[in-house]
Amino acid sequence: MTTVASESYFQQNARQLQGGIKVLSEDVNVYYSEKHALKHVNLGINANEVTALIGPSGCGKSTYLRCLNRMNDLIEGARVTGKIELDGRDIYDRSLDVVQLRARVGMVFQKPNPFPKSIFDNVAYGPRIHGLATSQSELEEIVLNSLEKAGLYNEVKDRMNEPGTGLSGGQQQRLCIARAIAVSPEVILMDEPCSALDPIATAKVEELIDELRENYTIVIVTHSMQQAARVSQRTAFFHLGELVEYGDTEQIFTNPQHKLTQGYITGRFG
Amino acid sequence: MTDTEMVQAVPLSAIAEKVGAHLKSRHAAERRFQTYGIVSIIAAITFLVVLLTSIISRGYTAFVQSELQLTVSLDASVIDPDGTRSKEALSSADYTALVRAAMTTLFPEVGENRAARREVMALVSSGAEEEVRKLVMNDPSMIGQTKTLWVPASAPVDQLIKGHMSRDTANGGQFSDRQLGWIDVMSAKGLLKTHFNKWLWTQGDSRQPELAGLWGAVVGSFYSLVVTLLLSFPLGVATAIYLEEFAPQNRWTDLIEVNINNLAAVPSIVFGLLGLEMFLNVFGLPRSAPFVGGLALTLVSLPTIIIASRVALKAVPPWIREAGLGLGASRLQMVMHHVLPLAMPGILTGTIIGMARAIGESAPLLMIGMVAFIVDIPATPMDPSTALPVQIYLWAASPERAFVERTSAAIIVLLLFLAIMNAGAIYLRKKFERRW
Repeated sequence: MTTVASESYFQQNARQLQGGIKVLSEDVNVYYSEKHALKHVNLGINANEVTALIGPSGCGKSTYLRCLNRMNDLIEGARVTGKIELDGRDIYDRSLDVVQLRARVGMVFQKPNPFPKSIFDNVAYGPRIHGLATSQSELEEIVLNSLEKAGLYNEVKDRMNEPGTGLSGGQQQRLCIARAIAVSPEVILMDEPCSALDPIATAKVEELIDELRENYTIVIVTHSMQQAARVSQRTAFFHLGELVEYGDTEQIFTNPQHKLTQGYITGRFG
Repeated sequence: MTDTEMVQAVPLSAIAEKVGAHLKSRHAAERRFQTYGIVSIIAAITFLVVLLTSIISRGYTAFVQSELQLTVSLDASVIDPDGTRSKEALSSADYTALVRAAMTTLFPEVGENRAARREVMALVSSGAEEEVRKLVMNDPSMIGQTKTLWVPASAPVDQLIKGHMSRDTANGGQFSDRQLGWIDVMSAKGLLKTHFNKWLWTQGDSRQPELAGLWGAVVGSFYSLVVTLLLSFPLGVATAIYLEEFAPQNRWTDLIEVNINNLAAVPSIVFGLLGLEMFLNVFGLPRSAPFVGGLALTLVSLPTIIIASRVALKAVPPWIREAGLGLGASRLQMVMHHVLPLAMPGILTGTIIGMARAIGESAPLLMIGMVAFIVDIPATPMDPSTALPVQIYLWAASPERAFVERTSAAIIVLLLFLAIMNAGAIYLRKKFERRW
């Protein structure tokens, strides 16, 4: 256990760039009341890679994703056992503040969910609550940078004060990504980020994910095998709450070791 | 499985026929339901129109008051025989004598006849001397001069002028032929006219209907409502937020929820009894005070506000919460920055409904003594006072004919009060509502 909490964001980011395992899960189980939703998952997620979680509906991939920033805490009756370490520190440790965790592990949801506020305020919200900017000009810089990184800046630069909900679906999703990276997280979790988008918007978001990999560790849940193949370096296949197979994306899609994986990616079930 | 097979076996035209036969009765049911709706709306509107028409037609005359023009000679020997010009002397002077003198100058035939004097003085309200006193107190230099001023006519004269009382004594008229003659003469000379009823808007209650005002009740209601709003809004919203956003779902919160829902249905007189026992007997707060009334009304409006606020909070989509928390907002930040602003229009509507219930309540106020006959306008929320619904109740119980129109007028004022509050609610809703 290292004393991560005392380090600054910048130190953490610096360490993240060194690569290696960013998030390590050991024997993770999730129960929703009586239901055993996730069973004995062991998984190491590499830094600066895109890890895709695939599997049929109800297989536990979203459940696992939500363990990583403790969004499962919000669900009444949900219970998580096992150990999940971010940079070697247990995120379920009592001494760890969940607010701080979520600043380090950002999340993009299935349905684009910008706040009913202006585009600027949407992106500025995270930095504001975490006190990342000391002046208005600094805040503006963070916002513009984030929009730039999310590839949205050119499309919205003339209407920063217009409502974020007035954008198209694809733009809204990229706004949500900009909002997430404005907090300078180390890990970005994406829960089927393209399922509500048309193919062109999807292509843009996928392109963006590929660019973001340079600075962030990305975990993406997707129902689209093609998407997993296109954007990810590593793929994990879940089935009925169990992690069936985990490996390089190329290997998973060309030479799956498990019969279930093979059946799923060739479309025999799912 | 067999059902679907059977359906498939039937030729298409037969299916269409079956559907068609059903269609008729389905359309009929739809039309019937619409008719029910339209009938109920028409019935509701009819009742509303009848109610408003009867109240307004009865009450509008109370907003004017018959007044007499008197030419009063402010005789120094009557007002201030000692010539001290002190405040005490001026305020305790015999202004009735001046009014009497002015009336007898108008009708010299009265002379020194006591019966005739009494009859002529029955035309003018006892408020007349108060008007003369005010004139003198405001400007003592007027003493010795002769001034023309409008003074209130007595309630029976007022009712006669407004056509609420018959001239015929057999039909309930109160005036002798001689008095009727004087009234006619004054009307003809333009000395008897109806003016805006300033007493209704500036005075507290009075035994004389022509001097009775609503202002004391309006101020009392206003103080009570301010106390109610200041207590029930923050308490109600905080309770709703805690129960909806923070509290764990368990047996205790379920129990609290059931009890709050039950409280909304408790008869308000029970809250009055509670207020009497707690606020007056245990805490020793003053009787008849709008502050205590506000406390009792808080009990009445709290459940409504809590329930409406919880519904408004529940209606905020869950993804707003996820978005906030996902960015690392604390629960409180998530609620304050995102959920509460979106729920605000609904919360405000609920608050106004609660306040509207509070303003119309009389039962709890009766229990804590706001039903007393109180002439003075309350200066602070701790002074004795009545409230609008209680004033309506008091006037409705008064036998004088002139109080009938004033009761309706008080109801109109109460409805206006409500209308203004609702307008405020609509304005606030519009202001807080996000249009994107």
